[in-house]
Amino acid sequence: MNDTVYLIIGILTVLAVLAGISAMSRVRSARAGNAIGAIAVAVVLVVTLCKHELLGQPMVLVALIVGTGLGAFGALRVKMIQMPQFVALLNGLGGLASALVAYGSLNVGGGLEKYASQIALAVGLLTASGSAVAAGKLARMLPQRPVILKGHSVIVGGLLLLTVIAIIAKASTLVVIASLLFGVFFSIRVGGADMPITISLLNSLSGVAGGVAGIAIGDPVLTCIGGVVGASGLLLTQIMGRAMNRSLANILLGRTTVTASAKGAHAKPEAAASAEAAEAPAADNAPAEAEPVAPMSAEDRSALLKEILSAAKDVIIVPGYGMALAQAQASVKKLADTLTARGAKVRYAIHPVAGRMPGHMNVLLCEVDVPYEQLFELDDINSDFATCDVVVVVGANDTINPAANTAEGTPIYGMPVLAVGDAPHTIVCNLDDSPGYAGVPNSLYQSSKSLLMFGDAKATLAELLDLLK
Amino acid sequence: MMAAWQLCVLFVVSAVVGYFLISQVPSLLHTPLMSGMNALSGITVLGALAAAATGHQCLAFAAIILAMVNVVGGFWVTDLMLKMFKKEKGAAHDE
Repeated sequence: MNDTVYLIIGILTVLAVLAGISAMSRVRSARAGNAIGAIAVAVVLVVTLCKHELLGQPMVLVALIVGTGLGAFGALRVKMIQMPQFVALLNGLGGLASALVAYGSLNVGGGLEKYASQIALAVGLLTASGSAVAAGKLARMLPQRPVILKGHSVIVGGLLLLTVIAIIAKASTLVVIASLLFGVFFSIRVGGADMPITISLLNSLSGVAGGVAGIAIGDPVLTCIGGVVGASGLLLTQIMGRAMNRSLANILLGRTTVTASAKGAHAKPEAAASAEAAEAPAADNAPAEAEPVAPMSAEDRSALLKEILSAAKDVIIVPGYGMALAQAQASVKKLADTLTARGAKVRYAIHPVAGRMPGHMNVLLCEVDVPYEQLFELDDINSDFATCDVVVVVGANDTINPAANTAEGTPIYGMPVLAVGDAPHTIVCNLDDSPGYAGVPNSLYQSSKSLLMFGDAKATLAELLDLLK
Repeated sequence: MMAAWQLCVLFVVSAVVGYFLISQVPSLLHTPLMSGMNALSGITVLGALAAAATGHQCLAFAAIILAMVNVVGGFWVTDLMLKMFKKEKGAAHDE
């Protein structure tokens, strides 16, 4: 097969992949779009096999079969709740594969190709080690909390510099060591709530590694698709960054984690901070709402809950990572069904960074058959909190904390949050009243409009359901 | 065979085109989008096959396996996820 034919097939493949991505912009056509992408990859794979006359090589065929088998096995075994770590793991494998390809082409081609090999080697390996650490953290095999060593930023910066120098000097052994270490040190200090940003960034890097490896070996298909994946990850990283009020530069420099001092703040060690946060909404034209709640007996509270829920015609549910941890999606759906059967309109407000990867909450809720029309993005639903009857918060904290609007100097200041505080009533089904990942006390807990149901979300949701019976 | 500089241009152009196409994807679908893109990054299997053709047998063997796990696993779980996105009962069923 000559190069022109391969080029034409390559162009068609890339166009098919782009058409597939375009189809993913709508739910109706998304599945077909994914299938188009898969078929395009399968076709170009077979064409490449023919081009290099590899069909007679048992080694290649065995590798293809083993890889396919392992991939299928993984896909069949993985549960939806494990999706973030599975994606991170696959991402790392892709990065490692690109690094191997680059390693094999270190001495091929002219000057530009040789640099491309070194760069692809570095990016592929740091993607692999970074993704492995991220997957380990997500799978809870490594500590969830950020691991921050003394002079961590200096180490990370130094390793990055060393990687760049090694690339320029074409010292491939040093490239391997420095980039692997960089990936580890970069990911190890990332904590749970920063995972959406980190996974997006690693996703982007795996594409870049593939694309640059494509330049190194002179393969236009690999180059194009690598570029597309790189752009996709970058876009998601930007969206996640915006949703957490962090600039791309900050993220790239590794400042993805909250400060160590804020992170340690648990319960109420800082009365000042908590008072400041509690007062803050008052300044934000919501007078008298931040007063402490008078102690209420269990019966009174149940009666009030029953009254609010029974009368509710417009309910907004706000899920967070706590819902995933408690595996309370089905309970949430049950509550929603019961409310709907009583004539209420139920919608879900999804914060962009809720969960551990972009769009995490949507997938979990769709798994329990929540119709996707009921899932609303922050911008689309935020003005409706003021007009709804009641908000049910399930395991969300930082993404609803009014302190983000008011408490200057805290890690979440400036982050767009769901305006749960605007609602007339809020039922909070969180584990406890400790601050969220960002370590900033949530003034909603002090609001007289909030009814706090601390404990396992499954149990508290069941309690709410009982009240409606 | 294209020259390296031409490929660099191609890389940038595809990234820009991809960026605009992907910005159309609603946040509702961000998880499947990411795992789909993840699967696509396994396209590096083409490079692994090229390596096999140029005699890097062991390296190619490992790279092909890794990239295929990425491709197959990625597209498969993306499909599993997209299958779950359903409309409200009574509405026309999705394809």
